[in-house]
Amino acid sequence: MHEMSLCESVLQALEDHAKSRGFEKVKTVWLEIGGLSGVELDAMRFSFDAVTRGTLADHARLEIIEVPGQAWCMQCCKTVSVEQRFDACPDCGSYQLQVTGGEEMRIKELEVT
Amino acid sequence: MCTVCGCGEGETRVEGEGQEHDHGHHHHHEHAHDHEHHHHDGLTHDYGQGPAHAHAPGLSQARMVQIEEDILGKNNQYAAANRRLFGEQGILALNLVSSPGSGKTTLLARTIDDLKGQLKLAVIEGDQQTANDAERIRETGVRALQINTGKGCHLDAHMVGHALETLKPEAGSVLFIENVGNLVCPAAFDLGEAHKVAILSVTEGEDKPIKYPDMFHAADLMLLNKLDLLPYVQFDVDTCIEYARRVNPGIKVLKVSATSGEGMDNWYRWVEATQQLALIGR
Repeated sequence: MHEMSLCESVLQALEDHAKSRGFEKVKTVWLEIGGLSGVELDAMRFSFDAVTRGTLADHARLEIIEVPGQAWCMQCCKTVSVEQRFDACPDCGSYQLQVTGGEEMRIKELEVT
Repeated sequence: MCTVCGCGEGETRVEGEGQEHDHGHHHHHEHAHDHEHHHHDGLTHDYGQGPAHAHAPGLSQARMVQIEEDILGKNNQYAAANRRLFGEQGILALNLVSSPGSGKTTLLARTIDDLKGQLKLAVIEGDQQTANDAERIRETGVRALQINTGKGCHLDAHMVGHALETLKPEAGSVLFIENVGNLVCPAAFDLGEAHKVAILSVTEGEDKPIKYPDMFHAADLMLLNKLDLLPYVQFDVDTCIEYARRVNPGIKVLKVSATSGEGMDNWYRWVEATQQLALIGR
């Protein structure tokens, strides 16, 4: 599981931004996590609390915006939703899908003081 | 409004910079995409343009700061630096990924023995503990450096960057990076390599590609190893390849045995051809 590393990267970004944008405490962090990004949300929340303890984001609230997995079905010529990377098209059953959304792992914004 | 490009405040994406637009104007303009990120559970947000939720003047200074940054952005920066170095030096870097026990190190040792006459080679070994693998590679006479990740479950681009400072692979060489045995985490971490090569052995399940789709999706080549053991195990090669193509239609598959040597020539030809491509346009 790499959620711990991801949270460490988030913390590093927070510390960098604290310097460049002049804030001291982080109260809320909004992350955008795609359904196909391979990130386990519960593990992310758990790691976030552990990683941020005693830092500028101690006791910060973690808000995760889930982005559903989407793919372009080449047979149907339209966007369909997928739960996993190897899912077939829910309409025609084809595996000729190109993933178009749901791979995000982004820090969206922060509430800071 | 941004005076350089005219984009609206709410859509300004400043990557890792202050709010004064002193950023050389390289923020993203993906205006063709949806901009639905202003609605979080119906809350109204003041996007980084001053205090929000200020209950009384001078008391709460809480404000919103828009970041819009990839969580792996830092790793990707290090990876880009590695990739630049590889490009300048004409080094082909291959990131070998697999579960523990797929025969990765045996395959690598044999590859080195067979190729060291023709190609300049170097190896970075990643394991949680011990320098056993690097020692095993050094016995072949090729330079190898061990990275112990401690509790980490994968190599990251920063570690590899440091390893390169010490290892200093020769210009025009092939650098094998043997990642930590793990089919999950290494998928997400770009090291700056030209290709990820996934190694799967027939003693594992043929459904590994759909059990760990991210890794097989990220790999450009799959080596189906331990082919010599096929008569003794229940492993459907065709199904396995079909599963791999399901998660990654473009994946190339080579069937090999690092022990008997079967199919290894194809792998060597792939390495040589890919190395040639790395040298074009240097």
